[in-house]
Amino acid sequence: MNKTLIILKREYLSRVKKKSFIIMTILGPVLMAALMIVPVFIAQMSDQKTVIAVVDETTIFADRLKSTENIKFIPLEEDIQTAKDNFDKNRHDAILYIPLSAINTPSTLRLLSDKFPSINVKLYIESQLKQELESMKLSASGIDKEVLKSIETKVNITTIKISGDGQEQKSYPEIAMVLGIFSGILIYMFIFMFGAQVMRGVIEEKTSRIIEVIVSSVKPFQLMMGKIIGVALVGLTQFILWIVLTFTLVTVIKAAFPDKLSINEPAKVYTADDKMLDKNKLQEVSELMNTSSQPDTKNEILRAIGSINYGVVIGAFIFFFLAGYLLYAALFAAIGSAVDNEADTQQFMLPVTIPLIFAIVMAQFVMNNPNGPVAFWLSIIPLTSPIIMMIRIPFGVPYFDLILSMGLLVAGFIFTTWFAAKIYRTGILMYGKKVNYKELAKWLFYKG
Amino acid sequence: MSIFIAENIVKNYANHTALNKVSIDVPSQSVFGLLGPNGAGKTSLIRIINQITAPDEGKLFFKGEKLNPKHVSHIGYLPEERGLYKKMKVGEQALYLAQLKGLSIHDAKKKLRYWFEKFELQTWWNRKVEELSKGMQQKIQFIVTVLHEPELLIFDEPFSGFDPINVNLLKDEILKLKEMGATIIFSTHNMSSVEELCDNIALINKAEKILDGRVKDIKREYKSNKYEITFSDANTPLKNILNQNFEVLSEKNDEQLSTALIHVKDGGTSNELLKQLIPHVQIVSFVEQIPSMNDIFISKVTNSSSILENTYKN
Repeated sequence: MNKTLIILKREYLSRVKKKSFIIMTILGPVLMAALMIVPVFIAQMSDQKTVIAVVDETTIFADRLKSTENIKFIPLEEDIQTAKDNFDKNRHDAILYIPLSAINTPSTLRLLSDKFPSINVKLYIESQLKQELESMKLSASGIDKEVLKSIETKVNITTIKISGDGQEQKSYPEIAMVLGIFSGILIYMFIFMFGAQVMRGVIEEKTSRIIEVIVSSVKPFQLMMGKIIGVALVGLTQFILWIVLTFTLVTVIKAAFPDKLSINEPAKVYTADDKMLDKNKLQEVSELMNTSSQPDTKNEILRAIGSINYGVVIGAFIFFFLAGYLLYAALFAAIGSAVDNEADTQQFMLPVTIPLIFAIVMAQFVMNNPNGPVAFWLSIIPLTSPIIMMIRIPFGVPYFDLILSMGLLVAGFIFTTWFAAKIYRTGILMYGKKVNYKELAKWLFYKG
Repeated sequence: MSIFIAENIVKNYANHTALNKVSIDVPSQSVFGLLGPNGAGKTSLIRIINQITAPDEGKLFFKGEKLNPKHVSHIGYLPEERGLYKKMKVGEQALYLAQLKGLSIHDAKKKLRYWFEKFELQTWWNRKVEELSKGMQQKIQFIVTVLHEPELLIFDEPFSGFDPINVNLLKDEILKLKEMGATIIFSTHNMSSVEELCDNIALINKAEKILDGRVKDIKREYKSNKYEITFSDANTPLKNILNQNFEVLSEKNDEQLSTALIHVKDGGTSNELLKQLIPHVQIVSFVEQIPSMNDIFISKVTNSSSILENTYKN
């Protein structure tokens, strides 16, 4: 067997068998599933009804206030003083007091409660009363409500992407933004987490002094590559397990509590094989619905999700994910080889991490103008391109940019690997020496 | 026949020269001592032999062929700075290192079983290295060095970290390996083990080789023709008895036993010396003063430095 493969196998197995890896792999999906499910539960838990007694001196509003799932209005036939006195006994959550003067001066409206009502309740009541007051005033000044409704216009530009062959496609910048930033951050995390693992592995070999035994059997380059690729596979394994386990977990929980998680329910219909069919049906339905001027946001979201070119996004993600990692992992390995313990890594870490952090900082800017010059250059330069290009891709990137960026990234990681290998093979055999940049520069020119 | 030859090896680092035109010639099936004070360049040379680093100048030959990466599987190396993966299990680790040397898993297991039995380590197979004592770790390290039955073995300070019992065990193993046909390059400061084990040596000081050859020849070359004699019944000082071929360097008289150190000059022999002494004194012992490797080492190393110092003074 090839020696690099033997090393790769050890690096992979020794990490995958570690307790910390197994714990993280199990804990990750539990946390992610919790992140997806707990908010739904919490939302439902706070769903207890708020009962509001309405003391309406004007007698106009009491019947018109619409109760919702969470807020129930109960008109009271008593005056405000008695209502206040009976507040404890009636066990209402609050009293809405609408004095006569409220018609002209709405600021005299009062919501009385022994505790603070939630902001949602307050906003809801305000909007209800506002509507009623407005329509009252409109009819008082002789304007028909229907006329007003026909005047009211909602402007919502639909952005359309024209592809080369003149086909039109609706584009959804919001979805692209979420997808871009999500994959960008994922790559950022992956590089840091697993780059640091490579570095620690190198330091471990150095401090345990096994390095000299190993380099008498294999070339330092083989050892470095075996380690880098082994750790990359550990990272991929972890991510794949996370995704699979998270989906399994969410599906299981959904199946166990189908009614409680009804919010997630519609998504289920559009999974897997009958996706196309449903999408078409959906379009018909939503077309019908659109005529009734009610925009169906749920369908819109589904269509938006469907609008992304997943082939390109997933392909590019895997490429930038791995190539970006390879570019940085070699540098991390070189840092590990130059120091004797982890505490000494700081001074060398800084220049390596700055481009990464810079890329994340610039992410917002790039999202606002995904085809501007800043976005272009940052997505071409290999040190920032893995993150910035991933942010640009969901918005649609010219193939020229994409291929240029990929080519430069490949050239970049070949260069950093070559560069790192030079430092690495000298560094791993250097003990007890405080190393500075000048020293590192000299190592580049030692004969292997 | 020589198994390994290095010719005019030069290795420069940024600020100093580690090796300056060093040549060695290691005869097959022998123990070759690579000696020298700390920082002399021994480890640099050993790393070059192991192809861990490359020389700036010079040629290397293994069994007549130019040294190349293929030869790695015929060389076993026990470095001075040695260690193992602490968190890895002993057996797994030994298998891993054996595979890196080109053994198949099957062969490696078979051979490991033999060696683990020999060193009584079987019960430790599934334990982590960090649970082992330092001596035991050294044994494991020794095993993985010799496991692939290399023709050339390089031991850098092999006895450090061993107790005297294990040092003897190791010495026996080294001699056994030699009998079985292996050649051993052996770097150490421990001069008594050099005399015990080495057939040939090379002494390196300040990046240069200052002495090499067979241990026997070197000792003969450095013997000073001094004899220590213990005797009794001395009536007159020895210098009155001996002729001009002999010089009495020191003489200590005691009521019972006297000792004297006598230099046999050119023209004299030890038999002649005895002949002249026997009529006058009762000989108890007669020993030639042979310099130990330790003495040779110290005199050579300090000498070459003192020569330097002298040239600076002048």
